[in-house]
Amino acid sequence: MTASNQTGAQPLIELQGITKVYGTGQAAMHALCGVDLCINEGEFIAVMGPSGSGKSTCMNILGCLDTSSAGSYKFKNIEVNRLSRNQRTRLRRFYLGFVFQGFNLLSRTTALENVELPLIYRGTPARKRHTQALRALETVGLKGWESHTPAELSGGQQQRVAIARAVVTEPEILFADEPTGNLDSARSHEIMDLLTGLNRDRGVTVVMVTHEPDMAAYANRIVHFLDGLVASDKANGKDTL
Amino acid sequence: MIGNTLLLALREIRRNVMRSILTILGIVIGVAAVIIMVTIGGGATVQVKQQIASMGSNLLMVTPGKRMGPGQSSGNIPFKQSDAEAIAREVGSLQSVSPVSSKSVKAIFGNQNWSTQVTGTDNSYIMATNRSIKSGRQFTDSEARSGAAVCIVGETVVKKLFGGQDALGEKIRLENISCEIIAILMGKGQSSMGTDQDDIVVIPLSTFQRRFAGNQDVSMIQISVQDGVSTEKVQKDIEQLLRVRRHISPSDDDNFNVMDMKEIASMLTGTTQMMTALLSAVAAVSLLVGGIGIMNIMLVSVTERTREIGIRLAIGAFEHEVLLQFLVEAVVLSSFGGLIGIVIALVTSVWLAGILGVPFVFNAGIVLVAFLFSAAVGVIFGYFPALKAARLDPIEALRHE
Repeated sequence: MTASNQTGAQPLIELQGITKVYGTGQAAMHALCGVDLCINEGEFIAVMGPSGSGKSTCMNILGCLDTSSAGSYKFKNIEVNRLSRNQRTRLRRFYLGFVFQGFNLLSRTTALENVELPLIYRGTPARKRHTQALRALETVGLKGWESHTPAELSGGQQQRVAIARAVVTEPEILFADEPTGNLDSARSHEIMDLLTGLNRDRGVTVVMVTHEPDMAAYANRIVHFLDGLVASDKANGKDTL
Repeated sequence: MIGNTLLLALREIRRNVMRSILTILGIVIGVAAVIIMVTIGGGATVQVKQQIASMGSNLLMVTPGKRMGPGQSSGNIPFKQSDAEAIAREVGSLQSVSPVSSKSVKAIFGNQNWSTQVTGTDNSYIMATNRSIKSGRQFTDSEARSGAAVCIVGETVVKKLFGGQDALGEKIRLENISCEIIAILMGKGQSSMGTDQDDIVVIPLSTFQRRFAGNQDVSMIQISVQDGVSTEKVQKDIEQLLRVRRHISPSDDDNFNVMDMKEIASMLTGTTQMMTALLSAVAAVSLLVGGIGIMNIMLVSVTERTREIGIRLAIGAFEHEVLLQFLVEAVVLSSFGGLIGIVIALVTSVWLAGILGVPFVFNAGIVLVAFLFSAAVGVIFGYFPALKAARLDPIEALRHE
């Protein structure tokens, strides 16, 4: 019943028997107990599940922010678990984009400078950085808001800046951790339209954690987590079933 | 990459102007204090040196009588002019040798009178005591030999007797002789001992001996040593020569005294330099405290900016980039503080020097050292907080509120 091979594309990410254990001995807590997951290029995946089901832990491991205790994580056929901290940073820098629930923009820093940040770490020359950041802001519909700081922007606008920051580097895959969690439903749908558009028009692979079925409905594949395991993994109803 | 790090650090400093100002305040004060202390202290040392130089730091004074002790005048055989001539002839490295005899005399012009010091000597005395002739001429050889009634007077005497009018060519009465003023000396001001160096009348030694003293004695021989020559060696040579000339047996003590102005000079400058060093050390402590202030604020800043660091790490900043950013921030802040401190110090030093009447001596060395030290403070006290920031776990850091 998996939807992983229906497009016939090269798998971007392959998880096999990923476990994550916090603490040791008696106090050991198993956050993930052997997760198998395959993500293809161009997919839009919604990850759902109750709190404590391990979906955030899995996202952190996928995003190379955390390491698994056991199992195999292959990103583009590279075994991530064998990479050093700096090599994982390099992976984040060149292939991954992040959007967080709390936006996580630098305060007292203009929208433009926020979007430029990942390009600075990439060493993009100033002029190119500037044009790319402006284009990314235009893509998320914030043309004319470049010099505003987060405090001067609404929540929806802040999340758009965060998305612009995530896609300005043209990543292979975009991880969104409850991107609409802090927004009202109108703003949420705008953000989802934006993510869907990026996925459809630019072919950016999107993995999104969400609580809301409304938001999950935008995805073309929905993965449910329960007690540290993948409970169900199926294509979204609008395509199959 | 350094350029990018600098850019990030500068943006961060600009984002928090108030915090940045507070951070560097300690460094500003520390740097300023050190530079002001050293500059003013240096000025004071220069002033003391100048005063001593105006007395003639390469001066030796040979006087009859044993060193120190009251009631030692008995048996003091005075010098003769021949002693001075012998010194000039036999001791090397001398600039001038002037036999000097002096006496307190009342000088009279018209209805004005002024008690002053009459010094019988020769032309070389004027140069040896760092004096110079403002107007007029030196004694001629024949005047010096024949004991002519001519004199060279200091500014104070001119002021007291002539009230500022031209005194050149006038005749003043010294005791019972009438003396023509052939020159006026350039003003020298007070000596560092507080005596008026312009209250002087100089006459040829032969004139003094014949008309004032009535004998051939010389009360003192003033010797000026060539620049760069050790006065100690010259001192020894003179002592040896005089012992022979005065027939002192090896078992006996000298019955004359050779005094070195450099002894006094080094003592005085030593005191000022010691004071400067002490005050600078106190100021340096405040610089250290300033550095701890930077570390304090940087540590607070790391905690306060935990989330920001998490964002940077998640976005793809390397540990060493975060480390470098915090380090560069600390160094930029502290060197900026150093620069401000230098500017404040220079302005204050010029102002203080004016008030204290001390010459302003720009000391490029201490300015450079203070600047480098402030930058070093940034590196040393910024490293620990920077390391703390770089070692943060991105997930933990992102969760931090």
